[in-house]
Amino acid sequence: MSLSGPTEFEAVAADDGLAGSGLQGDGNPAPDATAPGIAGRSLWAIAWRRLRRDKLALAGGVVIVLFILAAVFADPLAALYLNIVGRGSETFATAHNTPPRNVLDELTLLPVGAFSGASAKFWLGVTPQAGLDILTNLLYGARTSLVIAGLATALSLVLGVLAGVIAGFYRGWIDGVLSRIMDVLLSFPTLLFSLALVSVSSIITTSSFARYAVIVFVLGFFSFPYIGRIVRGQVLSLREKEFVEAARSLGAGNARIMFREIAPNLVGPILVYTTLAIPNNILGEAGLSFLGVGVVPPTPSWGQMLSDAGGFIQVDPFYIFLPGLAIFITVLAFNLFGDGLRDALDPKARR
Amino acid sequence: MTSTASQPAPAATTRTGEPLLEVQGVEKYFPGRRTGLLGQKGNPVKAVDGVSFSLGTGETLGLVGESGCGKSTTGRAVSKLIEPTGGTVRFEGRDVTNLSPRQMRPLRRELQMIFQDPYSSLNPRHTIGTVIGAPFAIQGERPKGGTKRAVQGLMERVGLNPEHYNRYPHEFSGGQRQRIGIARALALRPKLIVCDEPVSALDVSVQAQVVNLLEDLQSEFGLAYIFIAHDLSVVRHISDRVAVMYLGKIMEITDRDTLYEAPMHPYTHALLSAVPVPDPTTEARREKILLTGDLPSPSNPPSGCVFHTRCPKYKNELSESEREHCRTVEPVIEEKRPGQSVYCHFPQVRSDLIDGEPGPIRTTKPKAA
Repeated sequence: MSLSGPTEFEAVAADDGLAGSGLQGDGNPAPDATAPGIAGRSLWAIAWRRLRRDKLALAGGVVIVLFILAAVFADPLAALYLNIVGRGSETFATAHNTPPRNVLDELTLLPVGAFSGASAKFWLGVTPQAGLDILTNLLYGARTSLVIAGLATALSLVLGVLAGVIAGFYRGWIDGVLSRIMDVLLSFPTLLFSLALVSVSSIITTSSFARYAVIVFVLGFFSFPYIGRIVRGQVLSLREKEFVEAARSLGAGNARIMFREIAPNLVGPILVYTTLAIPNNILGEAGLSFLGVGVVPPTPSWGQMLSDAGGFIQVDPFYIFLPGLAIFITVLAFNLFGDGLRDALDPKARR
Repeated sequence: MTSTASQPAPAATTRTGEPLLEVQGVEKYFPGRRTGLLGQKGNPVKAVDGVSFSLGTGETLGLVGESGCGKSTTGRAVSKLIEPTGGTVRFEGRDVTNLSPRQMRPLRRELQMIFQDPYSSLNPRHTIGTVIGAPFAIQGERPKGGTKRAVQGLMERVGLNPEHYNRYPHEFSGGQRQRIGIARALALRPKLIVCDEPVSALDVSVQAQVVNLLEDLQSEFGLAYIFIAHDLSVVRHISDRVAVMYLGKIMEITDRDTLYEAPMHPYTHALLSAVPVPDPTTEARREKILLTGDLPSPSNPPSGCVFHTRCPKYKNELSESEREHCRTVEPVIEEKRPGQSVYCHFPQVRSDLIDGEPGPIRTTKPKAA
């Protein structure tokens, strides 16, 4: 039979979507075998349909996309902004290194005017003393946040999924060893350790790359037990499913069972964890930078901006407000999106 | 019934040369739980305790018994999904008991399984094409005309629409899912399929369709089945021979008609008397043998005959000296009548338990064989 046209297919799809919450377990979830649409509706398609109805999560998703775009296209965006405000000759570097005249009060080195000296030339004003353009600073700070949070999350995902799958699949002493390691890491005073690690590492090298690596390691390594535990629990239940036995009865080896049969079923929890871990790591990076063990200036970071603004809170609270708002909105967006995603991926969730 | 009567007599199939599968004294003891402060090992759970049977090419052995009697464990031990702790399994004359998973891989082509739960036996993240194509991928086989064609051929053979190749398991009903499982088991053209309660999770109407499909496939491909079930009428419909299990042991094993019409073991009597008969007058008149007491723990089975604690005959008919015998001496399963082996000191033929007709499943269409 042929497809009956996109509109009808949409209608059928929408109908199923309404009944979608009874997806698993309510008797006969399967559509009539003669229903149009030869391609299967994957679980992803169903999750996407549910997600689309969740306005809050969608709003979070939009903010996340904007945040990522800002971080990736920081250079052209900054150039565009500088052009618009008539400072096209400046680059990010010069905008940083040469405090623009007439913006800072020469005596106090504070910006002239309220709201951190915001003006047509400096939309969000400049920082005190250094006189850096706050808008470009925020833009490049987004890049720092994204890179560090992204890499740290990736590190914790790789370690966590590997440890979780292996521990859950093999059980026994392997599980015991891995689980105890994870317990130890969870009870580790991470913050103190990272302060110490940065001090030690800065004796050896002060390159900003090394600093990046240390931050990513600290954030990623100490958070992998969280995902490791989630994955281990899932694998413990998945390995008892009959489809694992079926694969074994076909002659599949352990590697195939772990990564072809079990792992695809972990994508949901992993994805949800990722969207909830990224904001955590953004906060972590901001916190480390705030404490002075984050990225090295002049690389901008939101946490560093917060820290710098702390001394001027009585002069002009606007300094602390802007990076704070940036962190708040980004983290909130990721959390809303993560929550929405979790609901969308959980077939039994009802609202 | 006509459909099965047209098949060759079970005894004849068994005796054509070497049996396909020979199971001898297979045991599966699960280690006991550690208890107490010092962590002493508890008694092992004797899930399967010395099961023996053989199966010829194209033959169906029904395996029945109540929950926890070890019938599924037997099926898994035979198909080497779990390692038997004792006994031997010979497949086509070859001892496969101690083969490693790697050594087993080529044999997997010959020996497949169909699972009970059609919901958990298909990976929800794989399309039907991937599920049914998995045997080819795992065994590294490239079927003629490509995997997709082969898979779609299989789908068609088991009554699925081949256009649903890219659909996901959740888009199918229980019966359709079971057909997917059957297609997967069929892919490598095995000689033996262990069916672990393949219809227990299905609607009665769908059960009939799936059982008929299994029968059609059997005659088409010359498959042998080990058919594990607890529904006696389904087993009667499909089996050539039937083994009744209790507490990890076979109580009685014989050909289908003898088991249903002239059973000898008191446990078989009780099981058969529990099958409802469609005719209300007969149903009201006939004797129902009720088993009392709980199923004993398989980690601590009763002494002597494992069934004596619940045996109606032991309770009502035997003399004290006979009971003493039941309590102290374990019976050996042996041929009490030609082709009928029974684990009982005092077996007795009873033919008054069930009328000659098979149960409700006979309402399905006769096979056009």
